Amino acid sequence: MRSNLLAGQARVERIDMRYMGEVLAGVCRFDPFKYQKKKEVRIGTRAASIGIYCANEAIQNSGLDWDNLAKDRVGVYVGTTEHGNVETETEIYNISQFDYDTKFWSHHHNPRTVANNPAGEITINLGITGPHLSIGAACAAGNAGLIQGLQMLRLGEVDVAIAGGVSESIHTFGIFAGFKSQGALAVHEDPNKASRPFDIDRNGIVVSEGGCLYILERLEDALARGSQIIAEIAGYHINSDATDYVLPNPERQTQCMNKALEKAGMTPADVQIVNTHATSTPQGDIQECAAVREVFMGCDDTWVNNTKSYIGHAMGAAGALELAGNLPSFDDGMIHPTINVDRLDPQCELPTLVTNQPHNHGSVDTILNNSFGMLGINSALVVKRFDGG
Amino acid sequence: MTKDDVKNIVLEIIEEIAPDEDLTDVKPDVRLRDQLDLDSMDFLDIVMELRKQHGIEVPEEEYQELASLDSSASYLLPKFNT
Repeated sequence: MRSNLLAGQARVERIDMRYMGEVLAGVCRFDPFKYQKKKEVRIGTRAASIGIYCANEAIQNSGLDWDNLAKDRVGVYVGTTEHGNVETETEIYNISQFDYDTKFWSHHHNPRTVANNPAGEITINLGITGPHLSIGAACAAGNAGLIQGLQMLRLGEVDVAIAGGVSESIHTFGIFAGFKSQGALAVHEDPNKASRPFDIDRNGIVVSEGGCLYILERLEDALARGSQIIAEIAGYHINSDATDYVLPNPERQTQCMNKALEKAGMTPADVQIVNTHATSTPQGDIQECAAVREVFMGCDDTWVNNTKSYIGHAMGAAGALELAGNLPSFDDGMIHPTINVDRLDPQCELPTLVTNQPHNHGSVDTILNNSFGMLGINSALVVKRFDGG
Repeated sequence: MTKDDVKNIVLEIIEEIAPDEDLTDVKPDVRLRDQLDLDSMDFLDIVMELRKQHGIEVPEEEYQELASLDSSASYLLPKFNT
């Protein structure tokens, strides 16, 4: 992912969507059978498969002594924008082949569609007996999953949190059709150019599936076991616009970012990278730029980028995945650009917007990760490089 | 349609619903649940696939007829042949 981000290489495809024909989407390519049996993939959900893969990989990557870990002290916190749409649409399509006779409706439907399914399947796969939750926060869900995990660690409810977000959203035609009806679904003859936040010709969202889960621990525990700490969550905030079902409120976004920084004990000038939420919608991008401009006025060493221009909008996974795209900056000192900005929209001008080419910053200490969602949910995560105990 | 045909149909369905199982040595006279990792949801899958693929109904009170391949064949043969 990191080399693609630095090389400006997007990955969006054309896929066939029930009732809609071809649409553009970000597709997850992985082997679900690496950690699941065929039966589990058959009876479970795509979202859970993505989550199970990520959880297993994250555990291995973390160096945790998993076999000897108290499983009742592990929590699973998975953000999703939605859950159940895919499975319900598929089941309705299934019974439509039998004249809508509901005796053909699957007995697997309910466990597939309960909102906690993505998190719950992870606990079954890994034998985790601690708490699990799906966190519904629209497109802020990836950040929200991390925040939930952090809060549960702070409360002492768990010692390890598997936290982040997943998306199976490209398998539901309803989301594509909904965005299209809203006039918010991207079209472009080149799929890799379709997600183009801040570009004057942007015309909507590229929907993507995906997943990103992190292993979170309290600092003292991570230090005690000699863990390779990737980063530290220094601050966060979630607030609500209380304004509109769909249109964002830049004043509330500003407040959210400021609050997150305040809780981190930082000022805007302490941030080197702002990963914007911007989804490539004509309106939303402008609103976020206004908010970022407000918070980071005069901060000439705070660089603004976007990750959706590469991977599309990974919905429940977005915040978590986009953070993952930026975290390597702590090691390589580079700031990846937002790509596909052929002609910058004047209303999205920011003095430190990194477009099309990466910026070699030298040393990056702090990332501010924005994710905003429908019904006016805003989230901001402040993440610091960790330099040692 | 013979009893062996019915057994093969049931085995094909089991192959779809329990794709990780090795079906090569399944004994026809032994309960399926004693030989394979099949739970009650899996048996509901067998009933559903019989319904979807073959238009055959198995009422709930007769589910136990599907306990083994032999009992399935005896029970289902007349349903296939109507």
